[in-house]
Amino acid sequence: MSEQVSLEKVIEDVAVELLRISATNLPTDVFNAMKDIKSRAKTDSSLLQITNIIDDATLARDESKPMCQDTGIVSFVLKIGDDFPLKSKLKDILIAATRRATKEIPLRPNTVDLFLGNPGDNVGYRGHIPYFYIDIIPGDKLKITAMTKGGGSSNIAKLGMLKPGLGLDGALKFAIDAVAEAGPAGCPPYRVGIGIGGGEDMCMNFAKKALLRPIGKRHEDPKVAILEEAVMEACNILPIGPMGVGDGDTVIDVNINLAARHPASLPVGIVMSCWALRHGSAIISRDGTFEYKDYLE
Amino acid sequence: MAIYKFTLPLTDEQVKSLKVGDNIYVTGKIVTARDDAHKHALAMYNKGETLPVDFKTLGIYHAGPIMAKNENDEWYMVAGGPTTSNRMEIFQDTFIEAFGSNLIIGKGGMGARTTAAMHKFGAVYGMFTGGAALLAANQVKEVVEVHWFDILGMPECLWVLQVEEFGPLMIGIDAHGNNFFTENEKITMAKKPEAYKIVEQALEAVK
Ligand code: SF4
Repeated sequence: MSEQVSLEKVIEDVAVELLRISATNLPTDVFNAMKDIKSRAKTDSSLLQITNIIDDATLARDESKPMCQDTGIVSFVLKIGDDFPLKSKLKDILIAATRRATKEIPLRPNTVDLFLGNPGDNVGYRGHIPYFYIDIIPGDKLKITAMTKGGGSSNIAKLGMLKPGLGLDGALKFAIDAVAEAGPAGCPPYRVGIGIGGGEDMCMNFAKKALLRPIGKRHEDPKVAILEEAVMEACNILPIGPMGVGDGDTVIDVNINLAARHPASLPVGIVMSCWALRHGSAIISRDGTFEYKDYLE
Repeated sequence: MAIYKFTLPLTDEQVKSLKVGDNIYVTGKIVTARDDAHKHALAMYNKGETLPVDFKTLGIYHAGPIMAKNENDEWYMVAGGPTTSNRMEIFQDTFIEAFGSNLIIGKGGMGARTTAAMHKFGAVYGMFTGGAALLAANQVKEVVEVHWFDILGMPECLWVLQVEEFGPLMIGIDAHGNNFFTENEKITMAKKPEAYKIVEQALEAVK
């Protein structure tokens, strides 16, 4: 029993730390992508904006403070091993971790209830938030990713229930349209996730999960990999650039997740992250040892 | 496109000299005001009530900051990047007309109504880097006053801030009727066919 209690404590502590890493530490590959954009900036405005982004991310890392005041809606991606001793209890532990992280980091309280207002602790009055994406995997480990995604970049997401006749061509152009329409609104440079197939909710889910791949990691199907690169190239000829100043790269990467679709529908989900692409991951063993990871894939 | 360092309030000449695409750093006093503060200020103005600050002399900053008190019980800014300005589009023109503000700071740009008011009354819109919350906080040297905290709460109330070289602010709307963001949106949309071609070619290649 006491072993179980200490494992619960480990998970809660690690989750608080993951939320801290997510909110304060721009992943190294994202940071490097920003530096690459800086090295290619041609106008003052582009150079000044991307420099501000890099300076802000550096301050956040050095001072362990949130890089943006909007620390988003908290979600956790959980991959629970068959033989990991805790399962349904995990939700309570991670809700407690969210409350603690809100005070300790601090995170901005963002969970507004339409009737009851803001509880102030990032835990929704009616459940659901923090949100859990749960998967079951072989083995005895718990793999966990914390995400803090801001509202501005969520507002530019798009769902398209396209006519199947439009095919992949239509789906990829829909992604380009979404980036063009987003313009400066969601704090570019963007990371673009495209989910194609499944149903109306599934494609959005695939799109969001695509944001969790390491920068530059291409789809395992070489054909899809080529399309990811093409959409990235296409988005980067749009004159948006850092914070929409009209010059410089608009997207740092594009990732596609594909799934089977119903013959009558072609669902396409586009989820974008702002420059402040925030997540943190860890693998926890049943004996309570753990390891922080940049990426789980 | 030039880079300037100005002290606030901006003079009419300075406002007129600015063009979209210029970048400025400002030193002086700004005040945070977002949705509720705009609404509240205009309601008071319409009733003929006296406002607690003179918006004409302050840069108007679209932001809902996280503030805290230090050990001497003085307020300081923890994080305070700009919020999306377009939400203020519905009353920014009346606000500029009523109070004579000549510098609006935010992110993402604003629309036709604000552009027309800036042209008519002489004002500019400066864009601060979205999300750069700590950088903004570092450029705030002092919290001078706070108003309406009790009625509007921390993110919505008026925080009068002494800032030093606050910026860079890219001029997105100038006083000559130019709006960088709406123009750039048109250019972006016009580029889409070329972007589509890249995807079409790639699809051809993987067939
Ligand atoms: S879009 Fe991202 S960087 Fe911009 S304000 Fe929102 S969370 Fe911050």
